[in-house]
Amino acid sequence: MEVSSAEAALSVSASSIRITDVTQDGDVLTFAIASQKLNSSAGVCVFRIYEDFDWLQQSLFSQENLPGLQGIIFPPLPSKALPSQSNTQTKALKQLGFLALGQDWQSYCKALEFYLQQVAAHPTLCKCKALDSFLINSESPGKQRGRKGIFNRLSQAVEEMRKESHKDVDNFFQNERNKNTNLAALSKVATEKLLDVVMTEQKLALACGHFATSLHLCVNQDDAAAVAFSKVCLKLSDVIEAVNRNFEKVASNDLSTLGLGLDLESRYQEAEKEMLFRRTCKLIELETVKKGTEKAKASKREVIERFHSSRVNVLKNFLIGWCELQLNTAKEFAELYSQHLEACRNMYSE
Amino acid sequence: VCACVRESVCERERESVCECVREGVLFLSQSPEAACLSAEDISPSSNGPRDDDPDDLFAEATEEVSLDSPERQPILSDGPSPAITPVTPVMISPRVDDEDEEENRDTFDIQISVSDPEKVGDGMNAYMVYKVTTKTSLSIFSRDEVCVKRRFSDFLGLYSKLASKYMHMGYIVPPAPEKSIVGMTKVKVGKEDLSSVEFVEKRRSALERYLLRTVKHPALLKDPDVLQFLESSELPRAVSTQALSGAGILRMVNKAADAVNKMTIKMNESDAWFEEKQQQFENLDVQLRKLHASVESLVCHRKELSVNTASFAKSAAMLGNSEDHTALSRALSQLAEVEEKIDQLHQDQSYADFYLISELLGDYVRLITAVKGVFDQRMKAWAKWQDAQVMLQRKREAEAKLQYANKPDKLQQATDEIREWEGKVQQGERDFEQISKNIRREVGRFEKDRVKDFRVVIIKYLESLVHTQQQLIKYWEAFLPEAKAIA
Repeated sequence: MEVSSAEAALSVSASSIRITDVTQDGDVLTFAIASQKLNSSAGVCVFRIYEDFDWLQQSLFSQENLPGLQGIIFPPLPSKALPSQSNTQTKALKQLGFLALGQDWQSYCKALEFYLQQVAAHPTLCKCKALDSFLINSESPGKQRGRKGIFNRLSQAVEEMRKESHKDVDNFFQNERNKNTNLAALSKVATEKLLDVVMTEQKLALACGHFATSLHLCVNQDDAAAVAFSKVCLKLSDVIEAVNRNFEKVASNDLSTLGLGLDLESRYQEAEKEMLFRRTCKLIELETVKKGTEKAKASKREVIERFHSSRVNVLKNFLIGWCELQLNTAKEFAELYSQHLEACRNMYSE
Repeated sequence: VCACVRESVCERERESVCECVREGVLFLSQSPEAACLSAEDISPSSNGPRDDDPDDLFAEATEEVSLDSPERQPILSDGPSPAITPVTPVMISPRVDDEDEEENRDTFDIQISVSDPEKVGDGMNAYMVYKVTTKTSLSIFSRDEVCVKRRFSDFLGLYSKLASKYMHMGYIVPPAPEKSIVGMTKVKVGKEDLSSVEFVEKRRSALERYLLRTVKHPALLKDPDVLQFLESSELPRAVSTQALSGAGILRMVNKAADAVNKMTIKMNESDAWFEEKQQQFENLDVQLRKLHASVESLVCHRKELSVNTASFAKSAAMLGNSEDHTALSRALSQLAEVEEKIDQLHQDQSYADFYLISELLGDYVRLITAVKGVFDQRMKAWAKWQDAQVMLQRKREAEAKLQYANKPDKLQQATDEIREWEGKVQQGERDFEQISKNIRREVGRFEKDRVKDFRVVIIKYLESLVHTQQQLIKYWEAFLPEAKAIA
């Protein structure tokens, strides 16, 4: 997804978009979004809430007179986070999956940041005025919902049943639909399983913490043997603390890379599904009218291809990042454990 | 009756020291062999230690028993007998150390393994038989290497015999692993599933640790029952250990009675060491139980992690299979393989968690029960001694009365009874002193072993952690090029 800077209506660089801070006020999360202006070294910072993101997404959908709009796979926006007290972690997990984990909404911010970067880097979408105003105007874009555009979720649900089974005339797209359905389901499952793994890693970290604390309670100075025993307990406590930190690190590595990646993958599959569905709807319409669909087909094929290559690229980067992080963590802790081992061996051979 | 135990054997007058003593069985010597011989209920046909080790005994003797010694006079005083002077640990411990060092050098060349569990029989009468292999260069064993087959009840029988012989003398006898009706039933019924395999493995390991702890104890190592257990191919069936048999119920009743007694015995503790130590063991008990619970939760979570990792690996594999893009598909399949390997690592690590730490803590919780039992025995010994004193007092009063009543034949009987009870009082006192000394030594040994055991475990555990990490490094290093190769 290249940025064609010649025609870009966007005045900031796509890759510089960052969510630098998030604050919580009761139920509302406010995000600080910073970006770098293209033709100067000035930076821009704005504050947005989730509703603003939603407005942006709706605006993107409802752009008028944009050719090929229907064929665009829109970068998926994460669901709204509900940070209220009554929202337990299980509810949050169900709603947001991986994005609910991580401290201080880090993962969630990362996902939103990624969304903005994807939109800004999309050759068609970056030209949308709404994006520019979203990123630059100090005032928020207003609370108006605007037109729902081509997406009206309620009616879509009803129609989905009817149209899903409608086969595509073009094999390429039919295959794509099948694969997409398959992949969407599988990546959802994989994401859930990884989530389970991460939750268990966190539970383990907690259990290690408890164990380490209990070991501290065994310390007493009654006599020589008790002192020696206490030293052993403290040593074991240190080791278990290290194991605790190890698990926390591993879990956060999983979270920040593969977890995000799989979550994104899932949402992208959904987005692709929606695009293909729109195509199907169009097809049904067109079939009754029998207008030429050649032009539409051709452009969409590219879109799909581009989608896949970028998807693969994204996943590749996440996988590499994940692997490197885990490798570093493993090396770090191998070193730490070896040091403990050396220390123990020296201490006990005296 | 002389200082040693057997009234039936020794017929010399009380004033002199009898043959047994002269042969080197000094009551108050610190060597365990001598202490064994002094047990009250060793019948002539018993299998007490057969070997004489005169070097040890005389070198370690602290007091010579003499019934004339002035300390013994005020036997009827109300306060604690001055004979039971608190022996400060400072005096005892150096000797105990020396003794241990000597014993460690000579005696600890023995390896025991319990292996090859085999199911014998069918249905509810089935049982597991384990192979017990002993490799040693010690002279008390008849061969260098010996292999026997034993079943679980044999181990229980061994413990039962050792406990009845040594516990009342203050020896900490390592307890055998516990029965598990649920676990065994599954095995009997023939379920070949993971839980019964794990159960058998857990038991095998526990039996091995039990035997190793038993032979680590210098006195138990030389016990004929232990030797017979390890060496002889046929062992008489241990009857009294059959589940919930009469003997089992008897033991439960005894335990209950003991508990009641404990509450009613208010001992005049003249030795602060015992009080402190008892308190320390109470505390340690509580702490170890907490630790044990913590580790169990750790083991449980790690097992869960293994399950989840396997599940994730499967889903990644499916994703890889459905993926069109070749390099990505291959990378995802590799990912699935890596996760499977990591799952295996988690399982192995959880075994380490369990067998190294959790079982160690469990063993020590049970050992502390044995230690507490030994302190209770000391209280019983004290109570017995006090009771004897009370009895003696009564007999003396009775005799005094009879003297006025002028009944010569009854008088003679009363005098005889007084002699009898005087003997019992002295016996009681000596027993009490002996058990106190034994306990001090045993506790010292226990503390040292405890530190040693935990040190060994922590090192083994660290080794397992290091190994796991190094394997992880290998797996990640192998996966990285695959991830980078995604075009």
